[in-house]
Amino acid sequence: MLLTACFIKKLWHFTLDIKLEIGRQILVLWGPSGAGKTTVLYCLAGLLRPTSGLIKLNDRVIYSSREKINVATQFRNIGFVFQHYALFPHMTVRQNVLYGLKNKKKGSDSFPDPDELLRAFGVEHLVDRYPRQISGGERQRVALARSLAVKPQLLLLDEPLSALDKDIRIVLRQELKKWHRQWQIPFVLVTHDEEEASFMGDMILTLEKGRLRPVECPAWI
Amino acid sequence: MFIQLSDWQPVFISIKVAVIAVFAVTCLGLPLARLMARREFIGKDALEAVITLPLVLPPSVIGYGLLMLIGKNGLLGRLLADLNISLVFTWGAAVLASTVVSFPLMYQSAKAAFKSVDVDYEKAASTLGAGWVRIFFTITLPLAWPGILAGLVLSFARALGEFGATLMVAGNIPGRTQTIPLAIYYAVETGDNASARALVTIVTIFSFLVIFWVNRRAGRQNY
Repeated sequence: MLLTACFIKKLWHFTLDIKLEIGRQILVLWGPSGAGKTTVLYCLAGLLRPTSGLIKLNDRVIYSSREKINVATQFRNIGFVFQHYALFPHMTVRQNVLYGLKNKKKGSDSFPDPDELLRAFGVEHLVDRYPRQISGGERQRVALARSLAVKPQLLLLDEPLSALDKDIRIVLRQELKKWHRQWQIPFVLVTHDEEEASFMGDMILTLEKGRLRPVECPAWI
Repeated sequence: MFIQLSDWQPVFISIKVAVIAVFAVTCLGLPLARLMARREFIGKDALEAVITLPLVLPPSVIGYGLLMLIGKNGLLGRLLADLNISLVFTWGAAVLASTVVSFPLMYQSAKAAFKSVDVDYEKAASTLGAGWVRIFFTITLPLAWPGILAGLVLSFARALGEFGATLMVAGNIPGRTQTIPLAIYYAVETGDNASARALVTIVTIFSFLVIFWVNRRAGRQNY
């Protein structure tokens, strides 16, 4: 298993109780808003600290309440695509994609060529534009290219398609599946759209009031 | 010409004092504003009130407070006296007075500016492997820059115009501690209207140009 996460996070109105294990798959966390989906991603990325538990990524313990390990976000090597992309508004598309590479030690690892990455995501003609000057779908692609540029071991996507029109959403979710096959890393994707969940997910977990419900098969099976 | 000034010393002293005061205000105000914009801790509200106090207190109260601090029997004054330094009635005291009164303006502007930066940008930067120092200088500071620039201008203007507290701690020694506002006051007192008029003109034009330039720069953002 590439990612193992068992943790509890106490929130003010309920307790989030998470147990999940995935390999090179797309895990979809589905549930109504307020169910704690984003909190799960934040705990995995180290942006929030769980109350207790254990998180392991590729046999490396990144959080353990018993051993008092809590690896900082900057050292976790987990990609994160935010709901509204969080592209740095004062940097061009190219500067956004290169931002993460400047944090890495040179020569320690081989990173994908940024220009090739931008081409693969179909945004090579936008490199000198600012995020404000490109469309929502293009922003989404840039955000993905930026998070994959540092070769993460896990990619977290928080409602990645919710801010887009229906047409582009359908195109992009197919692209997301394609990129997932290419990158061979686990994806954890949060959505409240049922159709999107069933299209994207190799595994679907339903989150309700902080609890994972057992996987339910559609009625027609 | 309208500006006929026999003595340019007040202008130079004022600029020297204001520049150093703004530098001090920036070095102290930015880290404190960043801290107060995002962190919650016990006593934060009280600290907030203390920081803003110089904005509303009469300058004479601040002057008196500073005298208690750096005067012969003051807390800091005694320490400095051991080192054979006396701050009272030097231009250093004028810098101190200007720093204290202009600090809240820099602090308030910077805090509002830091708060306006979406935390998602900082979070995104950390998931890309950036540490907090790099995040501050490449994300937070550039995005907060327009507000910080406004703080710089306001605090500079306030430092340049400081009168009451400066008079009490630095006195009015021509050529040493006499800044533009003090020189204007005493020029009027002694009936030297020509000097007063010249200084008033200089300070008005200068302030106008600074604000005009800053507003233009703030309006010209390329993203």
